[in-house]
Amino acid sequence: MRKIYLDNAATTPILPEVLESMLPYLRDAYGNPQSLHYGGDEPREAIEEARGRVAALIGAQPGEIIFTSSGTEANNFAVKGLAMAQQSKGKHIVISAIEHFSVLHSARTLEKWGFEMTEVPVDRHGLVDPDDVARSIRKDTVLVSIMHANGEVGTIQPIAEIAKLTKEAGVIFHTDAVATAGTIPMDVRELGIEALSLAGNQFYGPKGVGALWLKKGVRIIPFLDGGVQEGGRRAGTESVPAIVGLGKAAELARAEMQSRVNHLSPLREKLIRGLLSRIDHVILTGHPTQRLPGNASFCIEFIEGEAMLMLLSSQGVAASSGSACTSRALKASHVLIAMGISHEIAQGSLLFSFGLGNTEEDVDYVLEVLLPIVDKLRQMSPLYAKFLKGQKGGK
Amino acid sequence: MPVYSEKVMEHFMNPRNVGEIENADGIGEVGNPVCGDMMSFYIKVDDNRLSDVKFKTFGCGAAIAVSSIVSEMAMGKTLDEARKITPALVAQELEGLPKNKYHCSNLGAQALNKAIDNYLKKQGKPVKTKGRRKDEKK
Repeated sequence: MRKIYLDNAATTPILPEVLESMLPYLRDAYGNPQSLHYGGDEPREAIEEARGRVAALIGAQPGEIIFTSSGTEANNFAVKGLAMAQQSKGKHIVISAIEHFSVLHSARTLEKWGFEMTEVPVDRHGLVDPDDVARSIRKDTVLVSIMHANGEVGTIQPIAEIAKLTKEAGVIFHTDAVATAGTIPMDVRELGIEALSLAGNQFYGPKGVGALWLKKGVRIIPFLDGGVQEGGRRAGTESVPAIVGLGKAAELARAEMQSRVNHLSPLREKLIRGLLSRIDHVILTGHPTQRLPGNASFCIEFIEGEAMLMLLSSQGVAASSGSACTSRALKASHVLIAMGISHEIAQGSLLFSFGLGNTEEDVDYVLEVLLPIVDKLRQMSPLYAKFLKGQKGGK
Repeated sequence: MPVYSEKVMEHFMNPRNVGEIENADGIGEVGNPVCGDMMSFYIKVDDNRLSDVKFKTFGCGAAIAVSSIVSEMAMGKTLDEARKITPALVAQELEGLPKNKYHCSNLGAQALNKAIDNYLKKQGKPVKTKGRRKDEKK
């Protein structure tokens, strides 16, 4: 069966060059980077090389990069660690309503620790209004955390604009750039922010590794206490192969950034155009233009996402959905709901996220198999039957 | 994606008895789009037996498989026999359902029961009022 992977938002595959770069550190260069004998030299140098590559990807200084186990850890570290470091100044933080759970739930934990939290709304395209952020900032606000882009709907936020306002207010600004780092060009100095999270498995690096960029001079409370790794800010023996892989992925992403965007955007546009023109009662979710190059997300009315995913999977197509039925907790995606999409429509959520391996033929194939799937499920749907009857009755 | 049994997958991929019955003798609707699933069951009754059962379902793979197997289990049964199709029996017949999808099997049994209630009501016969579930209100 033909297999078409269109779930790069969940994770990208690992590039062969990245895998190759990691292998020596799984085999021969097994030493602990902290060791003072010869065994520590090679892994230590490799980590520092990777640090430089990750820093270069986002326009940072190598010394400002802290390696973590994931984007989730970087977000937890930033939100809790930055807030806790400033609690004598104030106990209020601001996030957006569509943050990843690793930010949202970190903020809720801070609430349990005595902080207050304001959730800034988004418009129907998933955009944060910078003025809303400015209005939410109080005297005791110590942190604003707004994601760079949302992986579910693809909307890219006006981070530089928001950062101007937080700077005026003297509040630290963290952005979760897990969906964007290595995918679209960025420069932390141009953005004017203080902290940024990224993850390796979002740009063809390995899983289980991420990084927090923290502007020099910004204080944070460490999460993992222990040894002196990562300048004492993140203890624990370094996962050398994963860090090396992250570095290699960052180097490749930086070199190929524009050509990757040029590859992905036309695929996204072809699928969006094809789907909207061939299937009625479909909504494009997220911003029509300010969106991730590989993100094509929709809500298909009258049917449910999990059923679509299973039928697509049986045809070799891997996609994802924010429907209630696809979540363990049976809750519709908070992102779609925050954008004002009804629970009923959110049930039809369907996300295709393109990667480097995808081609125009893949888009043709998806359109070919999706149409009969939508038809089949709509023929089964009492909502669709009601809609058709209502239409007839109305005429 | 939840791990479904082969039986669930088979019924989901090839659901039996999809559709509506024109001039159905009884119709039962349960669920709502907010909770994620909606099922409509249509029945034809001859001689106190379900001579035809059809359904339409808005929902996940489990909801569709449940509807399909309930329609199959009910077909040809007397009304009293059909009443004995419980959520547990439905789940058993499907060789198990993931825990968080168990409510789907409830919906299937409820929708069938509601269709039978609807038929009896139309006939002016007493509707057995066994303890309704609280989620059955709508």
